[in-house]
Amino acid sequence: MSENSPGPSPAADSADGSANLLEVRNLVKHFPIKSGILVDRQVGAVRAVDDVSFDVARGETLGLVGESGCGKSTLCRTVLKLLEPTSGSVRFEGTEISHMGRRGLQPLRREMQMIFQDPFASLNPRRRVGQIVGGPLKLHGIASGSTLKRQVQDLLERVGLNPEHYNRFPHEFSGGQRQRIGIARALALRPKLIVADEPVSALDVSIQAQIINLLEDLQDEFKLTYIFVAHDLGVIRHVSDRIAVMYLGKIVELGPADEVYSNPIHPYTLSLLSALPIPDPRANAEREPIVLEGDVPSPADPPAACRFHTRCPYATEICSEVEPELVLHDREHWAACHHPLNRGDPHAAQEALAKPDRDSA
Amino acid sequence: MSEQLLSVRDLRVRFTTEDGIVHAVDGVSFDLAAGEVLAIVGESGSGKSVTAQTIMGLTRSPNARIEGSVAYRGRELLTADDEELMRVRGEEIAMIFQDPMTSLNPVYKVGDQIGEAIQAHRHESDHKAREQTIELLAAVGIPDPSKRVDNYPHEYSGGMRQRAMIAMGLALEPTVLIADEPSTALDVTIQAQILRLLEQLNRDRDLAVIIITHDLGVVAEIADRVLVMYGGRIIESGSLEQIFYDPQHPYTWGLLGSLARPDRPRTMRLSQITGQPPSLLAPPAGCHFRPRCPHAFDRCTRVPPLETRVGENHADRCWLSVEQKKTLRVVKTGEIGLEAPAA
Repeated sequence: MSENSPGPSPAADSADGSANLLEVRNLVKHFPIKSGILVDRQVGAVRAVDDVSFDVARGETLGLVGESGCGKSTLCRTVLKLLEPTSGSVRFEGTEISHMGRRGLQPLRREMQMIFQDPFASLNPRRRVGQIVGGPLKLHGIASGSTLKRQVQDLLERVGLNPEHYNRFPHEFSGGQRQRIGIARALALRPKLIVADEPVSALDVSIQAQIINLLEDLQDEFKLTYIFVAHDLGVIRHVSDRIAVMYLGKIVELGPADEVYSNPIHPYTLSLLSALPIPDPRANAEREPIVLEGDVPSPADPPAACRFHTRCPYATEICSEVEPELVLHDREHWAACHHPLNRGDPHAAQEALAKPDRDSA
Repeated sequence: MSEQLLSVRDLRVRFTTEDGIVHAVDGVSFDLAAGEVLAIVGESGSGKSVTAQTIMGLTRSPNARIEGSVAYRGRELLTADDEELMRVRGEEIAMIFQDPMTSLNPVYKVGDQIGEAIQAHRHESDHKAREQTIELLAAVGIPDPSKRVDNYPHEYSGGMRQRAMIAMGLALEPTVLIADEPSTALDVTIQAQILRLLEQLNRDRDLAVIIITHDLGVVAEIADRVLVMYGGRIIESGSLEQIFYDPQHPYTWGLLGSLARPDRPRTMRLSQITGQPPSLLAPPAGCHFRPRCPHAFDRCTRVPPLETRVGENHADRCWLSVEQKKTLRVVKTGEIGLEAPAA
């Protein structure tokens, strides 16, 4: 079913597609821009997610990177049906969910949960921790009364919180502890898929490592599949098996984590990696970063054809005329670019990172 | 050695709040030389921003108690009156803030806000101030400055707003620029542009920069010297090389070890620092890092560590001896972690 779709390599049991937990095809989410006082006229659309396809295999972590406004959060929310897709298909364990109604979705909601970025805004300040974490269990009629309390306390303990804090309010916890509460809540229904939208970016460095380690332990223990969104490329590399790089609503590169980092194909990926300061002065001094000029264009009016051509150091005429397709370059390594980098020579990427073949002013 | 511009001695800042006394800065001393880039690193609540704000006289309030000394070229700033402080602010020391969205006034044009800073200090005509503003905007890399000068902040992107803030900071040609998390709110590609701009200003104008950040990547990119703060104290200070390749304090080891590095393949596990940063309302007695430190011993609970000189310009505050640290510090292929080596 996925002969021309970017997904993981055909695993042994992929004949019936069951290796993939999630299959997203040509997903589009546009937000209308309206104008007029009495009559709503649509004058345009913010193309937040524009024709995105990917698969997520069972038990893997797919990292999603991109700058703000590239549509990574919208993509997550659309995949989970928290937003209604404009068009396209989302299949979860083979079931098409993109056009399912609220009622039909309810049993599936147990299988997919979300962890949010801001541990201060994502917990109701007027509810106790026990109610927050136990909420999903109660809603789905899984537990009540003393079983509920016991289950919630088990969950709290599992994420590294004191189970005796069952009756406390969120404001009594620090940022890292609140994020643990959010994780316990996501874990309560034993989901198969957890979408983590910037779960560590609001936390201090020393706490980030704690939460990342916790998420990895939980993945092993409960056989979880993660879609992990972050703008921090260091964190993404550490947690991900595969990485999708987004730019202005499109996936521009998708591949195994180490491949994408050591052998980027798309110039945008290369410039992201090169712009990132490495916490190692010697390694930093050795490279000459490519600093992109200008800002990310508005998704309401994205550049024609290749959306990156306005900032791309390698852009030529064709880039502003023909939109590049996401094509398979290497084993499992996809990219959408007319001028793919580093094809053939595995060390070219590092060299390109060290000294880009352009006049670096 | 070039001229010492700024010298901070035993700075203590306490705030009285409803919940008690917050010991935000607890005995901080450092110097800033002309043309130097000094990074202050620490997590939230480590006192790095309060230190910078106190230098600028921004923490003066009825509930604040400030002790110690901050001298700019020998002039004491902590006791300076408002008029003297105003002269130093902007003309000698300028500050830019983390969030360029909230530090620009949304109802005034960007150009007018920069021009206002010029006219508040120098009696220039409107026309002259506007010309200078356009020059400044061009200097910080705003495209088409003669048109952009009449834009409102919302018409600027995040990166451009931060550039406008830097232009405002540079308006009176200060010798010191304090940048409080200047790139934290920005995307990676824009962050690289801003860091490059700061570097260029440091080089071309011999501007001394104090950069406050929690991001060790930013530090590695731009700093000459580093102060690591924890719980209101400087727990280690040294050159960039010393901090990254010969760190002395267990907290610095932990900080370096807990980073997920983009240039390395996935490792098994990040070495983590357990526990939470200390509450500044009731900081632990003795060493502030003691409750989270795996190498703490009884002396650490009783007495706050004194400053130990490790080498030239390299000092830390830890009771472990230099020899002990050498054996305790885990160094594996360039990585440094906090966890004790497996027996």
